[in-house]
Amino acid sequence: MKNKIIEILNGIRPEFDFGSETNYISQGMLDSFDLITLVTELDESFSISIDGTDILPENFESAEAIEALLKKNGAQ
Amino acid sequence: MKIKFSNKKISGILSILPANEVMFEDEMHNYSFSEAKSLKLKAAMGFKSKRIVADDSTTGYDLTVAGLDYLFDNDLLDKNSIDAILFVSQSPEYIMPPTSNLIHGKYELDEKVFCMDVNQGCAGFVVGLQQAFMLLNNEGINKVVLCNADVLSPKVSKFDRNSNPLIGDAAAITIVENTSDDTSVVGEIRMDGSGAMALNVPAGGARLPITAETSELYEDSFGNKRSKNHLVMQGDNVFNFVQTKVPEQIKNIVENTNDSSETIYYFLFHQPNRFMLQKLADKIGVGREKLPSNVVENFGNSSGVTIPVVTTHNLGEQLENTEMKVCFSGFGVGLTWGTIIMKIGNLDFCKLIYK
Repeated sequence: MKNKIIEILNGIRPEFDFGSETNYISQGMLDSFDLITLVTELDESFSISIDGTDILPENFESAEAIEALLKKNGAQ
Repeated sequence: MKIKFSNKKISGILSILPANEVMFEDEMHNYSFSEAKSLKLKAAMGFKSKRIVADDSTTGYDLTVAGLDYLFDNDLLDKNSIDAILFVSQSPEYIMPPTSNLIHGKYELDEKVFCMDVNQGCAGFVVGLQQAFMLLNNEGINKVVLCNADVLSPKVSKFDRNSNPLIGDAAAITIVENTSDDTSVVGEIRMDGSGAMALNVPAGGARLPITAETSELYEDSFGNKRSKNHLVMQGDNVFNFVQTKVPEQIKNIVENTNDSSETIYYFLFHQPNRFMLQKLADKIGVGREKLPSNVVENFGNSSGVTIPVVTTHNLGEQLENTEMKVCFSGFGVGLTWGTIIMKIGNLDFCKLIYK
């Protein structure tokens, strides 16, 4: 799951290395518009719908946080 | 505030859109985005084309008058039957007088016709309906002409990727009447003024009049350029407010009326963008096909006018021939969020025209 998450992130912002970095939001690697694209692609890739109330910066700070978010929203 | 009325109906809805169409691709190079990123955002948000006035001299009043002319010329509305005019807008013709009085004057309406302007944004259709229903409880008031009009495109910076791709202009005229039929209208409107500045235009009112200084463009931390005369939208805060408050309100109303996603045929919501609406549908537990989200991609977000636009665009002919229970919900500027559940149908007209 984590590899797929990083693949999607790299597709959205190819100028960053999401595999070795954390604090994606705090460091400015992802802005609010990136989050919209990211959530749309995660929903499609994992056949889920991330709850709108979960679309908060802290849930997108690292690949681990995103993985936890996906599992919370039913991703296998 | 709870909403509960009986013996009220909507008898017609007309949306008026500017003939001028602007494509997303025409403007995307104004933003500090790569083209690839803009196109990804376009897909997620549903940006395609929008309808905005061709020049800053066309106003919400002009679109409204075009709609009223259409109704009078086609015998869809008798001006002598009007008892009240409500004009709901955040782009009035003047600071004074009220735009509703200008409409009254243009058509030489009787002195008994009541006029009122309401300053409301994204929830403007729901607030306007509630006000119309309240007016109809007064003696001698049997037909209210509810005008929703917003021409906000001149108030948006062309270099602001937060707002410019989605803002459209429009007006709508909704006829609201008393009826002897046993009808029921239920709902609720809530406000949270602590979030009032989440959507605002800093300059142009009494607090900060427009000057050469307020007209200067500045750049925010995301590279958007706007002046203090332009709309500012704290998109993240608005998104979280909508995803939290709106589903909660709808759930409570639906539970109290013993309704469900089966008994309500359509959820006709304010149209901020496709992404937000699809998330709302999922959260409420309603199929995305029952909550249309195709207004921003075709016309743009016209603030308080989007509910009439989503209704006439998707259900125009259907609502002229059948009746169904729907859920209207508007949310945004204020912060304000309001929901009304009622039956609507067999309308005298449910159309969309271009001016």
